Amino acid sequence: MPKVEEFTKNSRPITMAILAMGGEGGGVLADWAVDMAEHCGFFAQTTSVPGVAQRTGTTVYYLEFFPKLAGEMKEPVFSTMAAPGEVDIVVASELMESGRAVQRGFISKNKTTLITSTHRVYSMTEKIALGDGRVDSDVLMDSSRNAAKLFISGDFAKVAETTKSLISAALYGALAGSGALPFDKKDFIASIERGGVGVASSIKAFESSFEIATQCISPTPKSVSVDISIGRKPKEASTGAQQLTPEEELEIINNPNGAVGARLQGLAGRIKSEFPEPVTVMLVNGIKRCADYQDVAYANQYLNRLLTVRDAEAKFGDGTSRVLLEVARYTALWMTYEDTIRVADLKIRRTRFNRVGDEAQVQNDQILQIREFLHPRSEEFADTLPTAAGRWLLRTKPVTNTIEKLTKNGIILQTTSIHGYIMLYFIARLKPIRRRSLRFNLEQERMDQWIASINQEIESNYDLAYEIAECANLIKGYGDTHANGWRNFLLVMEQVQSLRNESGVAGRISELRKAALADEDGTKLRAILA
Amino acid sequence: MAERSFAAEVKKLRVGDGEEFLGEGILAVTKALLQSGVAYVGGYQGAPISHLMDVLGDAKEILDELGVHFENSASEATAAASLAASVHYPLRGAITFKSTVGTNVASDALANLSSGGVTGGALIIVGEDYGEGSSIMQERSHAFAMKSQIWLLDPRPNLTAIVDAVEDGFQLSEASNSPVMLQLRLRSCHLHGRFIAKDNVRSPFTLKEAMENPRRDTSRIVLPPASFLHEQEKLTKRWPAAVKFIKENKLNEVFFDGTQDFGIVMQGGLYNTVIRALQLLGLSDVYGNTNIPLYILNVTYPIIDDEVIEFAKSKKAILLVEEGQPDYIEQNIHAVLRRGDIPTKLHGKDFLLPAGEYTPAAVVKGILEFLKKYGPTLIDNENLPDLVRPDGEKPNSISAVIPAEVVHGRPPSFCTGCPERPIFTALKLAERETGSHHISADIGCHLFSILPPFNIGATTMGYGLGAAGASALSDPASDKRTISFMGDGGFWHNGLTSGVGNAVFNESDGVMIVVDNAYSAATGGQDLLSSTAENTNRSTKHPIENAVRGIGVKWVKTVQNTYRVSEMRDLMKEALTGKTRGPKVIIAQSECTLNKQRRVRPEIAARIKAGKRVVKERFGIDPDTCTGDHSCIRINGCPSLTIAPNPDAMRKDPVATILHSCVGCGLCGEAAQAAVLCPSFYRSEIISNPNMWDKAKLGIRNIMIGFLQNGIERRLKGIDA
Repeated sequence: MPKVEEFTKNSRPITMAILAMGGEGGGVLADWAVDMAEHCGFFAQTTSVPGVAQRTGTTVYYLEFFPKLAGEMKEPVFSTMAAPGEVDIVVASELMESGRAVQRGFISKNKTTLITSTHRVYSMTEKIALGDGRVDSDVLMDSSRNAAKLFISGDFAKVAETTKSLISAALYGALAGSGALPFDKKDFIASIERGGVGVASSIKAFESSFEIATQCISPTPKSVSVDISIGRKPKEASTGAQQLTPEEELEIINNPNGAVGARLQGLAGRIKSEFPEPVTVMLVNGIKRCADYQDVAYANQYLNRLLTVRDAEAKFGDGTSRVLLEVARYTALWMTYEDTIRVADLKIRRTRFNRVGDEAQVQNDQILQIREFLHPRSEEFADTLPTAAGRWLLRTKPVTNTIEKLTKNGIILQTTSIHGYIMLYFIARLKPIRRRSLRFNLEQERMDQWIASINQEIESNYDLAYEIAECANLIKGYGDTHANGWRNFLLVMEQVQSLRNESGVAGRISELRKAALADEDGTKLRAILA
Repeated sequence: MAERSFAAEVKKLRVGDGEEFLGEGILAVTKALLQSGVAYVGGYQGAPISHLMDVLGDAKEILDELGVHFENSASEATAAASLAASVHYPLRGAITFKSTVGTNVASDALANLSSGGVTGGALIIVGEDYGEGSSIMQERSHAFAMKSQIWLLDPRPNLTAIVDAVEDGFQLSEASNSPVMLQLRLRSCHLHGRFIAKDNVRSPFTLKEAMENPRRDTSRIVLPPASFLHEQEKLTKRWPAAVKFIKENKLNEVFFDGTQDFGIVMQGGLYNTVIRALQLLGLSDVYGNTNIPLYILNVTYPIIDDEVIEFAKSKKAILLVEEGQPDYIEQNIHAVLRRGDIPTKLHGKDFLLPAGEYTPAAVVKGILEFLKKYGPTLIDNENLPDLVRPDGEKPNSISAVIPAEVVHGRPPSFCTGCPERPIFTALKLAERETGSHHISADIGCHLFSILPPFNIGATTMGYGLGAAGASALSDPASDKRTISFMGDGGFWHNGLTSGVGNAVFNESDGVMIVVDNAYSAATGGQDLLSSTAENTNRSTKHPIENAVRGIGVKWVKTVQNTYRVSEMRDLMKEALTGKTRGPKVIIAQSECTLNKQRRVRPEIAARIKAGKRVVKERFGIDPDTCTGDHSCIRINGCPSLTIAPNPDAMRKDPVATILHSCVGCGLCGEAAQAAVLCPSFYRSEIISNPNMWDKAKLGIRNIMIGFLQNGIERRLKGIDA
């Protein structure tokens, strides 16, 4: 903490930048700080550039503080803008904003206390990707930590949420706890009280963040525990069982039977005896998914489907089992494709009702109603019908026209009403006819072709086989999105066929795969292929 | 009513003589106007001076006590024209708007006003929207001052200096019979600071007296021959009078002259930045005490030749710190030195940035270059600030880097629940069927459509000029129609005539979409002619449709709920492909959600507290049916609709999710259906204080649905551990 006695007329004022997004209360935080400083006998100034930035855009508040020196009547000359290398304290309301502060040169290794919330508010670029467009949070964390003199981090959004306050109050607590300003905790709290809005909840948030910050700066590095709240980086999140610790994972590998119920004991035994360890967790999830989707026999079929790849992996693999792992993943997802039966089945479960209630924070004295927004088309009806009937439906115009007319603007169905529930319940109970349905047979055929082409390449080009496995991720979504995905998948697979003997083909396919996920309608993919 | 209420701050306007005023820059300016005995104030809202208008709106009581007339002008041109009241009458008037865009609009009236000159003080307060945080083209108000001969004040950025500039500005205006422009930089408007107040003053001459004793003087009207005389008068009378006033009252300041054989000249608004730069270089203390001569131009136009010569003649070189381009002041001072035959070297944009904001970093670098040449002994190489220290023996503390690709731009965008977003969702869906069109955008929140995820809009030519911007693309041989956007703010500002009237008269076949959210939303939610809210001081509730029909448009459709995406989409398709020739106007009406929430939230809370039945809606997405393709986000872009790690252990891609900040506007569900996206969207309706009927239904539901759910659970038993 800078000591007031140490300030002379040659000292630079204490400088502080707050990087926040519009609507997060960055202005409130700045006002509290100025009010506190003035009550503590300091000169203080705050400026900002709100403009249109107040609508969700990133915005910077800039503050300066200087004590009233004995015998000096003049006001200090404050700067209205931050200078790179001259910012003592930076408060970032979100992790990418912390990265932005580093990028702008606001963080100095020899002077800056950087306080950041570790939660993420995803940028539009991250959100609109067809796949996973998230940036690596670890890079943001590491860059921030490495740039700062003192780094204080915690999930202050969560603090705000649990204390029913705003993130500004939580960050203010962390600012107090950081000791970066020459004011006491009671001065901080007094300024919140003088502010007079949401005082009780703000102080609650303030106190718990104060605690987090104190832990961060305590010499015993207990602060590590704080960092765990950071979202896991995408590549880890993608390794499946993201909630599992290495210990838990090991336990499943050693004893897959312990991770499944009574009806899947036989299949879990098969996994243990027939498959390599690296894919155990994936397969356990896979059989559960298939059994849940259809029945135990279907889960058995799932394992059978992987046998050829398992053998090829054993013979030609590079020891990582990555082809088998991805095939195990996408086969399970493909086998449990989302048809109307599946959607209905998932929507009517008690667990789902509870989840929706939790998400909406429904209190005991309130009643929850759920309405679904559905838009089934002729295709979805046909998909569920037995193959012959489905084909007939699709080519019989009067029938499709009638369906389109009926569902033109979609259907809103109340699942929590008796009649809505019964409707979905009836559809979910159509599981037995699924095996004979148009879509079921089509998907089995497509899947087998995909596995065949992986098996075809794995001997001569393991990397290519891996790329083909990954191509299954191009097919997702519903309706047009699904159709576009399938079209992109076919385009890429065509390239596999025509380029399979050329060098660098795996890299090329990887490139095409990424292009196919770059936009909705395959524009980038076609551009690359042209 | 504006987004932010200043009811509490307005009390500060009553602070009396000798008391300390603590507050925001904008509020200080308002106080200064009252201390100066202003008789009338007008203006048009826009960052960074929106709050000035809002403060005045909330200060009705005080204004009434002092007899001050306040208008929310229809446009900046209206505001500027209102200064005509100061031409013949000794009335002090002030107007305010965003510059340079507002000054562009006002320039016709300003030129006329300046030509004839004024009797009462006329002050034009411009919020200079330049540099970081600006939302407009980067130009200078300086040009307007020069072309019309309006004196330009650019005070030091502290409240005392700004307040003094307001009072000096009125006096200067009266002393020289010229309007005065007070330039407030972006950050100065939002600056928190202090000054010692004076009592408010009532205008000695009243508007009523003026109206009851009308005066006229043809020599003040811009018509030959008076207009030719005005030009002469500007140079022979008004300019010298202004120079005299500025010199006598020492509006410009010279500090620490004689300490060196070089010096720094700066715009007043940059004084604090220069001082900070000098302090970082070890050449000033925190109070601005330095041993470098400083000449501070609190008046940046006109340049006072004598003062420049006096400051420059004893020096080898001077550095001019002048922000923005063209470098008008630098050219001016060059001319002054040349005419005065002064050999002093003038540096400016050769050492400082030729364009862009003069941040402390930019100014430190410029001053250092200057010192290297003229005062190398003053440079303390050992203790240079990090921002100018090259990486070397003593490592630069800010050399830490972060990969560029992990820090994304985060521009402003449509708010959660914004009623404008569905309009663009609908247009995207319509274009999937009709193909793409030329789309002309306007100024306002709706301009966020040009950014992802919508990527809609090709040009924007100015406020209210969306339709005008499409007017040339009008070839009857084309079977594609143009689309143009305009907000309700732009519509009333000028779009009704410049866009709609123009399209009628020139028989355009284009489609015009007027986004009517009941407020001037982008500038802070001020009321307009067509606002639907009750307003005690202003006349509202004048429908846009009446105006559009009145001006001669036959095909006009008003959509009263923009969230109905399919309806909007179909209407757009009809407008784009229908047989009707001639201009087509769609008025897309739904209340700005920011303002609506502000209004509705307390009402709902009160009703729940009173035990009344209230249904609150919000949307959600089932993570187990979401496949992570995010097509919903690409046609929506709501801040509350985002992504989250996939709870499904097998899936890699993040799922779409809806945050608790959802206001239940309904776009998610509508879009999912209209675009046939996916069945994952649901709406939860939370009933507070349920009635008997609700409870009875719940009872039956719990029994029946519970029974079936038990069955489902039985069938799933044995799968999971």
